[in-house]
Amino acid sequence: MSSEKRELCLSGSGVTKVFGFGDKKTVAVDHVDFDFYTGELISIVGESGSGKTTLVKMLLGLTGVTEGDISFMGQKRDIRTHRKKKEYWKGIQAIFQDPFSSFNIFHKIDSVLLDCINMRGGRRLPKETKIEMMTEACSFVNLKFEELTNKYPFELSGGQMQRLMIARIFLLKPKILLADEPTSMIDACSRATILDMLMDLRRETGMMIIFITHDIGLAYYVSDSVYIMERGRFVEYGSADEVILNPKAEYTKRLLTDVPKIHDPWEFSRNKRYDFRKPPEAADGK
Amino acid sequence: MKNTLRQVFRPGKFLAGFIIFAFILLLTVLYPLFNPGDPLAMIGLNNFTKPGTYVSVYDSLNVNRTFVFKLPDAAEKRIGSKLFPEDRETIKDYLTRLGLPEDSIDIDDTHDLMALWWNNYDPANQIGKTIAERRAYTALDNKLAGIFVSEDLEVLQYDPGTDEYVRKKMVTENDYVNVGDVANTIWLPLGTDNFGADMLKKLVSAIGTSLLIGLIAGVVATMIGLLLGLLAGYLGGIADDVIMFFTNLFTVIPGFILLILISYSIDQSRRGATTVAIVIGLTSWVWTTRSVRAQVISLRNRDHVNLSKLSGHSLPRIVVGDILPYIASYVVMAFILQISSAILAEAGLSMLGLGPKTTDTATLGLVMEWSIMKSAAHISGAWWAYYPVIIVIALISFSLNLMNTGLDQIFNPQLRD
Repeated sequence: MSSEKRELCLSGSGVTKVFGFGDKKTVAVDHVDFDFYTGELISIVGESGSGKTTLVKMLLGLTGVTEGDISFMGQKRDIRTHRKKKEYWKGIQAIFQDPFSSFNIFHKIDSVLLDCINMRGGRRLPKETKIEMMTEACSFVNLKFEELTNKYPFELSGGQMQRLMIARIFLLKPKILLADEPTSMIDACSRATILDMLMDLRRETGMMIIFITHDIGLAYYVSDSVYIMERGRFVEYGSADEVILNPKAEYTKRLLTDVPKIHDPWEFSRNKRYDFRKPPEAADGK
Repeated sequence: MKNTLRQVFRPGKFLAGFIIFAFILLLTVLYPLFNPGDPLAMIGLNNFTKPGTYVSVYDSLNVNRTFVFKLPDAAEKRIGSKLFPEDRETIKDYLTRLGLPEDSIDIDDTHDLMALWWNNYDPANQIGKTIAERRAYTALDNKLAGIFVSEDLEVLQYDPGTDEYVRKKMVTENDYVNVGDVANTIWLPLGTDNFGADMLKKLVSAIGTSLLIGLIAGVVATMIGLLLGLLAGYLGGIADDVIMFFTNLFTVIPGFILLILISYSIDQSRRGATTVAIVIGLTSWVWTTRSVRAQVISLRNRDHVNLSKLSGHSLPRIVVGDILPYIASYVVMAFILQISSAILAEAGLSMLGLGPKTTDTATLGLVMEWSIMKSAAHISGAWWAYYPVIIVIALISFSLNLMNTGLDQIFNPQLRD
């Protein structure tokens, strides 16, 4: 990871998102600065409600930015018209957390994949080529296109749906992939498969992956650099080894101690053991 | 598709509503085929003839084949039919004044009542407070005496040439003709109204018109509501604010008053059934807009909409392809309720005299209005002029509401049995 070779892919300065006005104002993302380089695998780690998903939506251009700038490939991002947005989305794509709600239940699987081909400018390709492309994409994620064609997404399992999402990315080949907790809703076995497929995809296309997760262990396992997010701010960032093995921020340390360890007995709190036979005040009073 | 249909018809509520509605709809389609002609034709010259079969007296006298039956209770029935309820009351009145116990007199038993009268009535015994009452008893006695005279009737035909009446035939008590042989009979299951039109025929055509009004108003209201709701919900921001401003404005103004004012301001000559239907539709889109907007707001942030955006779909395509299918079931239900409330609104407007101004088509509301004109039907006891209309209106909205709750059970799995 020599810094002189790295090409700036996505960067932001002072990116802020505020919901509501006045007393009801909530700052979801608070003046965040970041520089993501081409080909990197970045993890953004934080607990629920720390603003990860809002940041993803801003990066994708699905919600507006209250304050600050986002630059894409060294230029200031311009997504004011539909045409420009479409162009932007050719370079940046996402996998969402919940595979069950990610697909329109009224559209067949074919149409999901065909949309990707059309977006890459393959609208006029002959039908056979399209089917070939779709079959290739499906086989990349260990799915059989012949079994999927003319089916609806809800007929698949959660793991299969998430693999279909990856097949979508395979067809689109964007520069940046935002994976918003792609493995949190599926079982442990499928989880490893999904992660492996993402790694394969990255190796093949050299895309940058921004991995959003609340699992710091997973982040350490997959990523080059890690950003720790707390209440809308990046409290710590750096290479994975730096951050995980040598945490400086209090929040990172807490996240690390929260990772369950297989051989340790489970305690309800790190510092004290509650006696549930006593009323809570008495337990607190000591 | 087959499974969907099976699922739709499984809950009893939907099926019951559907059967009632289909029956009403079939009636409006099939009845005119069996009984063609202008539903508002004034066939009778009397007001409010009661329901029943009418046989032409002239034609029944002219039937060639007569049959003789000797029925044991024929005479009694004949007397019974001539004895009006008020006559029976007068007899009972007289007898109780004479001192007979009240519960021994059964005014429905013609035989006993007559026997009691003959045994007890004494012209010399003038009881009764006023002269009028005393005269009434004498008149009644004369009438009863007349009833019992049973003589053959002679049918005479006027011959203008000789200026004489020529005897045509004799009709005895025991002569019968077959109704099938009588040239002119008319069956009026619901009698006639105050204009002399066949009530059932008029009612059926009124149901057809009212359902059409409901359909037009429902389509107008649902279309406006859906369009505004989708725009407000999906676009958000200023578009949402502007649309919701007008929606709230319409919510606060009572719809029916607005309807009355619009109806009133439209020129009478141009206020046809279609105009009224459109006016009803224009005043009842508010709740559809509000609920569609609410649902769209919750849908527009779903991941499948985001995915569709990321796939580069245009705004109309997202709205039609990714949002509309999800709210379609709700819109169908709202549409059914709109039809029902539009039919009720038309009935209400017409009762106030602000409905369609037409003399050549009937609507349910207009039929009601015509029958209560100057309280005519009510005073003359012509229940058939308004009860069937009320029942039909109730049945239509009942069946539509049943279908609505039935659909609710299908679309909302939590309500399924």
